[in-house]
Amino acid sequence: MEQILRRLEEKREAARAGGGARRIDAQHKRGKLSARERLEVLLDPGSFEEWDMFVEHRSHDFGIDKSRIPGDGVVTGFGTVSGRLVFLFSQDFTVFGGSLSEAHAEKITKIMDQAMNVGAPVIGLNDSGGARIQDGVASLAGYAEVFERNVLASGVIPQISLIMGPCAGGAVYSPAMTDFIFMVKDTSYMFVTGPDVVKTVTHETVTHEELGGAVTHTTRSGVADRAFENDVEALLELRRFIDFLPASNRVPPPFLPTSDPADRTEPSLDTLVPANPNKPYDIKELILKVADEGAFFEIQPEFAKNIVVGFARLEGSTVGIVANQPMVLAGCLDIDSSRKAARFVRFCDCFNIPIVTFVDVPGFLPGTGQEYGAIIKHGAKLLFAFAEATVPKVTVITRKAYGGAYDVMSSKHLRGDVNYAWPSAEIAVMGPKGAVEIIFRADLGDEAKIEARTEEYREKFANPFVAASRGFIDDIILPRDTRRRICRALQMLRGKNLANPPKKHDNIPL
Amino acid sequence: MFKKILIANRGEIACRIIRTARAMGIATAAVYSEADAEALFVREADEAFLIGAAASAGSYLRIDRILEAAQKSGADAVHPGYGFLSENAAFAQALEREGIVFIGPPADAIAAMGDKIRSKEIARAAGVSTVPGHPGIVPDAESALPIARDIGYPVMLKASAGGGGKGMRIAFQDGEIRDSFRAAQSEAKASFGDDRIFIEKYIESPRHIEIQVLADGFGTVLYLGERECSIQRRHQKVIEEAPSPFIDRETREAMGRQAVALARAVGYRSAGTVEFIVDPRRHFYFLEMNTRLQVEHPVTEFVTGFDLVEWQIRIAAGERLPLGQSDVRIAGSAIEARIYAEDPERGFLPSIGRLTRYRPPAGKGLRLDSGVEEGAEITLHYDPMIAKLIAHGADRASAIDRLAQALDRFLIEGVRSNLAFLARVVATESFRKGALSTDFIDREFPRGFGAPARFVKADRTILAAAALAYRRLAEREISGRLPGSGFEAPSRFSVILDGKPFEVGVSAAASLEYAILSEGSVRRASTSWQPGEPLIEIAIDGEPAVLQIESLPASTFALTYKGVVRHAQALTPRAAQLLALMPEKKAPDRSRRLLSPMPGLLRAVVASPGQEVKAGEPLAIVEAMKMENVLSAERDGRISKIHVKPGDSLAVDQVILEFE
Repeated sequence: MEQILRRLEEKREAARAGGGARRIDAQHKRGKLSARERLEVLLDPGSFEEWDMFVEHRSHDFGIDKSRIPGDGVVTGFGTVSGRLVFLFSQDFTVFGGSLSEAHAEKITKIMDQAMNVGAPVIGLNDSGGARIQDGVASLAGYAEVFERNVLASGVIPQISLIMGPCAGGAVYSPAMTDFIFMVKDTSYMFVTGPDVVKTVTHETVTHEELGGAVTHTTRSGVADRAFENDVEALLELRRFIDFLPASNRVPPPFLPTSDPADRTEPSLDTLVPANPNKPYDIKELILKVADEGAFFEIQPEFAKNIVVGFARLEGSTVGIVANQPMVLAGCLDIDSSRKAARFVRFCDCFNIPIVTFVDVPGFLPGTGQEYGAIIKHGAKLLFAFAEATVPKVTVITRKAYGGAYDVMSSKHLRGDVNYAWPSAEIAVMGPKGAVEIIFRADLGDEAKIEARTEEYREKFANPFVAASRGFIDDIILPRDTRRRICRALQMLRGKNLANPPKKHDNIPL
Repeated sequence: MFKKILIANRGEIACRIIRTARAMGIATAAVYSEADAEALFVREADEAFLIGAAASAGSYLRIDRILEAAQKSGADAVHPGYGFLSENAAFAQALEREGIVFIGPPADAIAAMGDKIRSKEIARAAGVSTVPGHPGIVPDAESALPIARDIGYPVMLKASAGGGGKGMRIAFQDGEIRDSFRAAQSEAKASFGDDRIFIEKYIESPRHIEIQVLADGFGTVLYLGERECSIQRRHQKVIEEAPSPFIDRETREAMGRQAVALARAVGYRSAGTVEFIVDPRRHFYFLEMNTRLQVEHPVTEFVTGFDLVEWQIRIAAGERLPLGQSDVRIAGSAIEARIYAEDPERGFLPSIGRLTRYRPPAGKGLRLDSGVEEGAEITLHYDPMIAKLIAHGADRASAIDRLAQALDRFLIEGVRSNLAFLARVVATESFRKGALSTDFIDREFPRGFGAPARFVKADRTILAAAALAYRRLAEREISGRLPGSGFEAPSRFSVILDGKPFEVGVSAAASLEYAILSEGSVRRASTSWQPGEPLIEIAIDGEPAVLQIESLPASTFALTYKGVVRHAQALTPRAAQLLALMPEKKAPDRSRRLLSPMPGLLRAVVASPGQEVKAGEPLAIVEAMKMENVLSAERDGRISKIHVKPGDSLAVDQVILEFE
C-alpha cells in the first residue's frame, strides 16, 4: 500500500511538473504562464478538482513512445469561480507543445460531456501547437470529437475560449464555435494558415501578430471578443465575465445583490442628446448611467464600434445591452455591426438573458462595399435574431429610428415587449431632408419651398408622437427616468413565457 | 433701484450676479453665444438673448449686439462681470450714450487704469510705490534689449492691454529677450488686438497681494482688506485667500491707504482692486488696478460680510456707502480654489467634453460659485475655469481643513480637472505654513504634477481603502453557488499600489467593521461603502477619511486621497506572484512624432520638412481656450513630414509632424 501511495505521489509530481522546469521557464520568458498557473489565477483558491492526470498518449511512431508525460499536454477538471461551477481544460505548451493527441482530445471531451450533464460552462485555455503529428489521423478524429461537442453544447452551456498561445489550422475551429473568444496581446494568435504558407501561396509577407494577433482579431476580423494585456489580466477579467453568465440554458442568469436603487434618476441624461440632430453623443454614457453600479462588460469594444453590445446588471440580474453608437458612422447599421449584434442577441436568447436595446439609428450604410459584401444577408441576421428572440425585450429609442433600421432594432413589431421613446425620438421612414427631396421632387429648385416643406415634415414626423399614437411606442419617457422605467419593465416581464413554433431548427441567413 | 439688469457675461460669474440681483428683487437678462444655448446661466436668468457665434469676438465682445439686447430687454443697467468687456471704456461709454447704467467705474477711470503705462504714472503721482521699469512702450524686439539691460535682469515683458497672464513673458538674459518679446507681442495681439509691450523689473519670489476697494462716488472710499493670490500657474491665479497669512496690520494699512489714494486720484466709483507684488521683506509695489469685480471676490465677501455685487449695484444706482473704514472688520479666514477643466498631468492643458459627472460637495462654511452642472458641455471657446470652491473657517487652519475635505469629495468626470492638483497644493506643508510665492507651483512640483514617486502618508489610507473595497466586492453573495463550495471572501491578499506590492489581511470583525493587518500592525477599520459608489468613506482607528474610488478592469481601483491618485490592484497572493512574471509592456514609441497635447486650433507650424531641430526648439503653436501653446521638440532630429496645416482643428493626440 505504502508503495502504491509513493508511486501515486511520484506520478502526480511528474504530472504537475508538465514539461519540466526548463520549459516552464521558457514559457515565462515568452510572457506566458504555465497551464496550471493559469488555473490558479482563474479559479477560486483550492477549488480545482483535476481529472485524468495520469492519461498518457498511445502513439509509438517516430520515437514518441520514449517520451510519455502524464496528463499528455492538457490539464482538465472542474472548479469554481466566485463559488459557481465551471469545467475547464488548460493546454500545456510545455508538454509536446500543447499538441492535441487522441488522448488529449478525450480528456477535453470528457469534461465537455460532464458539463453538459450538469449544466455548467466550459472554459478552454488554448495554448497548443496544433495536431500531434505522430498521432496521425487519430488526432484529427480527436479534433472532430471536440467540434461535434462544441456544436451540441452550443446554446445549452456557455463555452468560452481564452487564446493564450498559438492556435492554428483546424484547431481554430473549436474556439470559433464557442460563444466567446478572448485573446492575450502579443502572445496569442489564431489563423487557418500561417505566415509561411501565406508567403508561399500569395506572396504576402505578414507577421504572426499582423495575420492573427489579438489586435487583428479584435479590431479587423471580429473573430475575437476581447483582447487583454497579459495572462493575469485576461484571467481576472474572465472571472468578472463568468459572473454575468448563466450556468446553462436551464437556469436563470445569476443574481448579484446590489444596493444601487432601481429608481435612481439621472438628470444629466436629459441633456445627453444634443439639440442639433446631426451632433453625435456617446451612447455609453447612457449605458453606464442605467446599469447597476455603472458596471458594463463590453463585447467586441474595438470592432464595428457603430454598435455597442455587452452585459450589465439591472437590479442584480444580468441583461444584454445592444445600442447604436452615434459617435461612430452616426450609429448606422452595416455588415460588421449587424453580424456583431446578431450573434450577441442570439447568445442572450439562448441563455434567457433579457435584452435592452437603445436605438439611435439613421439607417443602413449605403455603398457598393456594403451591397457587394451582402449587407442584405448580414442585415437580415440582426433582424432575424431580434425577431426570433423570446426573452424579455425592452427597447428605448433615444433619437433617430429611421426606415428599415427602425424595424430591425427590436421594434414593437418584432415582439418587443416594452418599447419606450425619449422626447427627442424621431421615428420615421427617413430624415426630414431626404424625405422632402423625394416627396416634393418638383420643388427641388425652390429653396424656400423646400425649407418650408422640411420644417413641415420635421413638425409632423420627426418626433415620437406618430409612433406613439399607433401604439408602436408604449410610452414617452423622460431620459432621467430611463433606469427606473427599464427596471419596472423587466420586473413585469419576469414571468414572460413565449415559445417559437416547434421546428428542427430555423434557417437564419448565414 | 434698477428694475432689470442685463449681464454681459457668461459662466459662473453670470450665475453669481443673477443670485444677488434676484435677492434684491431685480429681474435679470442674460446674453449668450451659440455655444452657450444650453448653459446654466441662460436658464437661471429671467430672459436670455442670443448675441452671436461661439467665438467671443462674435458674441461676448460685440458691444453692438449686447447694446441691442439691452434695449430689447428694457434693462436699465448692465453688469459686465469680469473679463470680456468689463474693462472696456468704449463699452461703458456706449451704454451711457443709450442711457443705460454701466455697473462699474466711470469710463475715464477704466481708461486710465486700463493702460499699464499711464496707470503707473498716475499711481506714482498719487504716492503709490511702483516697480522700477521703463516708462514707455517698447517699439520692437531690438530696442527691448538695451532697455532690459538698463533695468537689470530679470525683466518682465508685458502687454500694455494685458491681463490674466496673457501676453506676459520673463527674460533672464540677453538671449531670451527677442523671443520673449515676439511671443508676448503675438499673444497680446491675438488676445487683445493691441500689441503694445512694456518692460519692467521682475521681482523674484514675490507674493501677489491685492486690496479690494469700494468707492461710492460721494467721497467715501473704503478698503476691504487684502487677498493673497500667490498660487498661480502660467500667471493665472489658482488659489486665493483672505486675509493673507503674510501681511501684518501695519502693511495692510499702508497698502490700504495707497489703494484708497489711487482710487481717489482717478475719481473711482464701484468695486475695484489694486494689485501689488510684495517681496519677502514686505516691500510692496503697485502692479495694476483692476476696474471690475475680481474672480476671487468671494473670499473678501466671506471675511468682511459685504456682498460686493450688491454694493456694485447699489452704488451704480446712486446709493451712498453708509459706513466708514472703522466699520470694516475681517473675521476668520477664507480660501478659494479655482476649478479648471484641464489636465494637470499634461502641463495644465485644457480639457473639453461633456461633464458626465459633476457632484460638488456642500456643507457648513463652503460656498460654490459654479457655472456648470452635470451634463454641461465644456467647449474650447472660453476660459476653462468652470467653478470656484470657497471655504471659510474661524482661522486659516480650519478653512484649509474644510477646503481639503471638500476637494476630496468633489466629483468631476467626463473632462479632466485640476481637483487632485488643488488638493495636493492644499496638503503641502508650505501651504499650511503660509510660505507662498508666485513660483509656489514650480517650487513644489518641479517635475510637474503626477502621483508621488515614493510611498507617502496618504498611501496608507489609500491602501486600506483598496483592501476594504476589494473585500466588500468579494463579500457579495452571487446566486448559483455550488452547495458546499466553501466560497469565502478572501481575507489575505496583495494590493499592488502603482507597481509596489503590499501584503494586506482583512478580517470581518462585525457588520461593516474590519480588522486590517498591514506592515505588521493591526488597525480597526469600518466602512459602509457599497460597490458602485464614487466615494468611499472609511474610518481607521476612528480616524475618518473620504476617498474617490473608481473600479477599473482586473480588480483594480483608481483611488484619490488628498490629491494623491493611485491605481491599486487587489489580488490573491498567488496571482500577485504570477503577475510579477508578466512582461513589462513598453508604451509605443511616441518620440518620433509630435502629437497635439490638447484639442485646439493649429496657429502655425514653425518648422518645415527636412529641417534639423534641436531639443527645446519650437515646432508648432496650438491655440486652445484663448491660450497659445508652443510645442517644442523633445529631442534633436530632422523633420520628415508635416501632417496638418495652420487653421486645422486638432484633436487630442493628433499627429502634427513626424521626425525621421
